[in-house]
Amino acid sequence: MSLPYITKKPIQLPPIISVELIQIMDKTNIPFAPKAKKIIEEVKKKEEQKLVSEQAPPKKVKKEKPDAIPLPDQKPEKIAKIEEKKQNPEKVDNEVKQVSEFEKDEMFDPDSIAALIDKSKEEIAKTNKKSKLVTQSDDKSMNLSGLTLSEEDALKAQIFGCWSIPLGLPYNENLLVRIKLKLKPDGTVTKTEILDHARMNMPGQGFFKVLAESALRAIQLCQPLRVPTTGYERWKDMQLNFDAREMLGG
Amino acid sequence: MNKFIFKLFIFFIILLPNKSYSLIEIDITRGNLNPLPIAVSPLSSDDSSISALNKKLNIKNLGSEISKIVENNLKTSGLFNPLNKDAFLQKPDIAHLKPRFEDWALIKAQALITGRVIFEDEKLRVEFRLWDVLAGKEMMALAFTTVPKNWRRVGHIITDKVYERLTGEKGYFDTRIIYVSEKGPKTQRVKRLAIMDQDGHNTKYLTLGNELVLTPRFNPTNQMVTYLSYFRNLPRVYLLDIETGIQEVVGDFAGMTFAPRFSPDGKKIIMSFAKDGNSDIYTMDLENRVVEKITNHPSIDTSPSYSPDGKYITFNSDRSGYQQIYVMKSNGTNVKRVSFGKGLYGTPVWSPRGDLIAFTKLHKGKFYIGVMRTDGKGERLLTENYYQEAPSWSPNGRVLIFYRETKSNKKGEGFSAKLWSIDLTGYNEREVGTETDASDPSWSSLLSN
Repeated sequence: MSLPYITKKPIQLPPIISVELIQIMDKTNIPFAPKAKKIIEEVKKKEEQKLVSEQAPPKKVKKEKPDAIPLPDQKPEKIAKIEEKKQNPEKVDNEVKQVSEFEKDEMFDPDSIAALIDKSKEEIAKTNKKSKLVTQSDDKSMNLSGLTLSEEDALKAQIFGCWSIPLGLPYNENLLVRIKLKLKPDGTVTKTEILDHARMNMPGQGFFKVLAESALRAIQLCQPLRVPTTGYERWKDMQLNFDAREMLGG
Repeated sequence: MNKFIFKLFIFFIILLPNKSYSLIEIDITRGNLNPLPIAVSPLSSDDSSISALNKKLNIKNLGSEISKIVENNLKTSGLFNPLNKDAFLQKPDIAHLKPRFEDWALIKAQALITGRVIFEDEKLRVEFRLWDVLAGKEMMALAFTTVPKNWRRVGHIITDKVYERLTGEKGYFDTRIIYVSEKGPKTQRVKRLAIMDQDGHNTKYLTLGNELVLTPRFNPTNQMVTYLSYFRNLPRVYLLDIETGIQEVVGDFAGMTFAPRFSPDGKKIIMSFAKDGNSDIYTMDLENRVVEKITNHPSIDTSPSYSPDGKYITFNSDRSGYQQIYVMKSNGTNVKRVSFGKGLYGTPVWSPRGDLIAFTKLHKGKFYIGVMRTDGKGERLLTENYYQEAPSWSPNGRVLIFYRETKSNKKGEGFSAKLWSIDLTGYNEREVGTETDASDPSWSSLLSN
């Protein structure tokens, strides 16, 4: 039985390549190149100007505090008035029941409880309809008091554009990474914290690190985030739940 | 009255802590699938290394050439957008020590690759670092030592490491492709086995072209190849060890054997055996040469391919009247038809990831390369053409390579066969350059496993 003629010289496989880890170095302080410095300064200047023109300065609200804890014999109406000013300096439309817990309690009227519940349900229904997804925050109606739907949508849209999803992630795994942020009033991120940090080093969870890093990059790339111009106390702490399952799983 | 005032007091005390806000949670369920902007800085090198390597390899600046390989690999993957080097502000040697992240962020880079090439003791040492520009931190640092002529592989290995670190799945760049090189008119085609790097470089021919060769397939665990060649007008399955050049015929059957493929552990060959007009699927154990019949049906069963865990086999059969794709257990039981679309289905290949089956489909005179889930659902046709077939998976299951026949000119004259690749998105379709016409490609596993 004959065999196909083979070329005389077999393929020479290249020798094995040895690999070693290089020690990660500390940061060094190399000064900016003159060319780069000039460009960076120009860009920063432009960005500053842009920020000033786009974002209104935070409104100065005179802080009013009750002098002391209300005494039992003081009239409740007066105290409520002070709290209202402190809580929400800008007038909130009565139609939107995004009021703080304090205000809810302030309007303690058994006849209006049913109405409040109904409004709350309406808001949740709107949110669900909008996102079409059952996610962690669906059952947390409290979050609705944080940002309005349009504010939330604006923020989401901004981050959608910044998040480059790593396409190699195993789409049948848990691809949720939760990141807690601390924000400045202008939307700049001052601190990020990965809530499931332990998963980073778990065996078989190597993809989580890739996912978490991509989410952190998205936050860095997007900042300053499109946050509301008012109500800083409401959103100075925020949690972003990055979930790649919908995109990767189809 | 006092009771009422007391209740009121308690009421306000309870209210006080409620002034804190609940944490706002926002679900980010969408992102963009745009290629990641990445800067591949040329690998720096000192003058003595540059001149020594130039003398040795006749390459002026090896560091720059290696970075070009990395850049090209990343670009062809479709997942990265290597940025134009003209926009780089920082010199390669300084960037490798510590990049000024502001400079790189300015040109919209999200990741940066820097490196250094050193020639010492007749060895090539290549260091590289991967940086997260936005986070301002180092993500990876590795060094490779090898003989200088191995420099292209170093570029591929660097790409694999970067790709894995940024996408979460293994790369496919330090790999080879074996294919059938074709020359001459269609009636007198000279077909030779050829092997090349996945980027089309380093082509070598394994056979001289005296015999017709077809369907070469890599062993997923080593550098062994199985292929089909003709003897006295009968196709037979052969084994070839690329490292030693030793080859042998697989079994001495009294009929035709064809469509060979290795099992995932490389210890068996699965193939079709035809006798008296009936074709069934057989396996042969390469250690003890024991042959086992897997299917037993009076129809044509062919093109078998194992699932990566070795528990299942997909194949095509005309047992339903038309050629369709089937899946069965590896012992031949529990045969299920999985393709139910219009047209004919053939050459099923199980993905190395195990989640998909790639196939060729013929419908209304057009050929399609597509994928479906292993239960036959979720069929997606990735590319369509006049004639194309024989998909083969990259080792990470993201890219398919196949061959396409086209007319040589616009008038529809002549004939040309070329290798093409397409990724799972269906958008990143590219011709893979070969020295001659080419068909029947098969992708190797990673060489640097």
